[in-house]
Amino acid sequence: MQHYSGFGLLKHALNYHENWQRVWRNPTPKKKYDVIIVGGGGHGLATAYYLAKEHGITNVAVIEKGYLGGGNTARNTTIVRSNYLWDEAAHLYEHAMKLWEGLSQDLNYNVMFSQRGCLNLGHTLQDMRDIQRRVNANRLNGIDGEVLDAKQVQEIVPILDCSANTRFPVMGASWQPRAGVARHDAVAWGFARAADSHGVDLIQQTEVVDMVIEDGAIVGVKTNRHGVIKADRVGCVVAGNSGVLANMAGFELPLESHPLQALVSEPIKPILDTVVMSNHVHGYASQSDKGDLVIGAGIDGYNGYGQRGSYPTIEHTVAAIVEMFPIFSRVRMNRQWGGIVDTCPDACPIISATPVENLFFNCGWGTGGFKATPGSGNVFAATLAKGEAHPLAKPFSMFRFHDGALIDEHGAAGVAH
Amino acid sequence: MFYIYCPHCGEHREEEEFHAKGQAHIARPADPDSCSDKEWGEYLFFRKNPRGLHHEMWVHATGCRKFFNVTRDTVTYEIKEVYKIGERPSVVAAGN
Repeated sequence: MQHYSGFGLLKHALNYHENWQRVWRNPTPKKKYDVIIVGGGGHGLATAYYLAKEHGITNVAVIEKGYLGGGNTARNTTIVRSNYLWDEAAHLYEHAMKLWEGLSQDLNYNVMFSQRGCLNLGHTLQDMRDIQRRVNANRLNGIDGEVLDAKQVQEIVPILDCSANTRFPVMGASWQPRAGVARHDAVAWGFARAADSHGVDLIQQTEVVDMVIEDGAIVGVKTNRHGVIKADRVGCVVAGNSGVLANMAGFELPLESHPLQALVSEPIKPILDTVVMSNHVHGYASQSDKGDLVIGAGIDGYNGYGQRGSYPTIEHTVAAIVEMFPIFSRVRMNRQWGGIVDTCPDACPIISATPVENLFFNCGWGTGGFKATPGSGNVFAATLAKGEAHPLAKPFSMFRFHDGALIDEHGAAGVAH
Repeated sequence: MFYIYCPHCGEHREEEEFHAKGQAHIARPADPDSCSDKEWGEYLFFRKNPRGLHHEMWVHATGCRKFFNVTRDTVTYEIKEVYKIGERPSVVAAGN
């Protein structure tokens, strides 16, 4: 792998940047791998990278039906935070946060991780009580967090309407200074490049159409372009399509796939240097380095795979943003799109063995998977390498829906993923 | 944007008047006390999540507030049929 550095940039400038190496290979798949990962998004590529780097398993293929990082990795609103209420979730997301903090160096690829802080606004007395409880829980778990009053919020975000005359006055917020945003595409590309350099085969434009299962154990996957590819273990990291793949393997998951929409505005001058979220008014916004406002809110309530949603949801989203930031009322929206998120009944992911031996699923991240990308890949790689759940992944078994040990993050997470 | 026919009101109305309420035709276990944890968990949490035809419940939340069933394609979002609770669909998804 070509090492990226400032000096390298200078060197390539001398010959007009014509001799950069390809970032990854485009190999023909082998007949058999130790591990196949279905799904070449951020989580799948991170899984492949950590399998190779931390567990020495390099005979790995990532099979992607489209192009790398072209699904929800390309469609999310890039927020990274770890201020979750319950211990299990907090530990998992904080594990990811620690990896984020060294990720650009680790991958030798600038993922543009910017710890610009995240505000979760409170608009009612109950909101403020929940915020206090969550921040206290975070601090006990070693996660940074502060409870701010409306005046302190106003100091951080002068353009936020903190006056008493709004429909839902801002009473305060939780503040996680280490939270922030990262460049979503760069995360997928960085993990892909690093995994490829360890010898992982990235197989694009290849769809898994069936699972090959013998005696209750998976032995390979059937693809549309390369026939059957065998593997000792298979990990599925396919977000919205998890239910479809589970059906191929003959079981159901406690998941429903919903459209989740997002919008970006036209680029404007720097005005918002942090992430602002509101569960109550139901919307969130940040500003990208390019200058566009990145805006999101809740899912469309119905099941859907169409990668688009309904107009009423967009209207609610934009109404919430204008309620919080009246100054944005005349900003024009540039693009709007939908991704397909696989939501769990308890709003927590599934990182788990399945009823089929040697088949593992990493799914159910719902509306908030991006922030967990390195952590999710890291614990799923350990799970695939050892054949048993990583300690941080253990509470997230799909069988928690049989024994009742749910991790109810709805209150803490709400819209604000 | 859906334009949904409410079989109770006998009218087409815009999506905003309705709420999707999840998979239809889930039968409550006949004898809940004798359910295993697995059976009870699957009744509560495990859902069909098809890419294609799906039978689901909707409620006319800001209208008559009654529930009804919809058969809808989850990829094209086309509504194939609307029918009342207790009725059986005439357009049937595979695996039902």
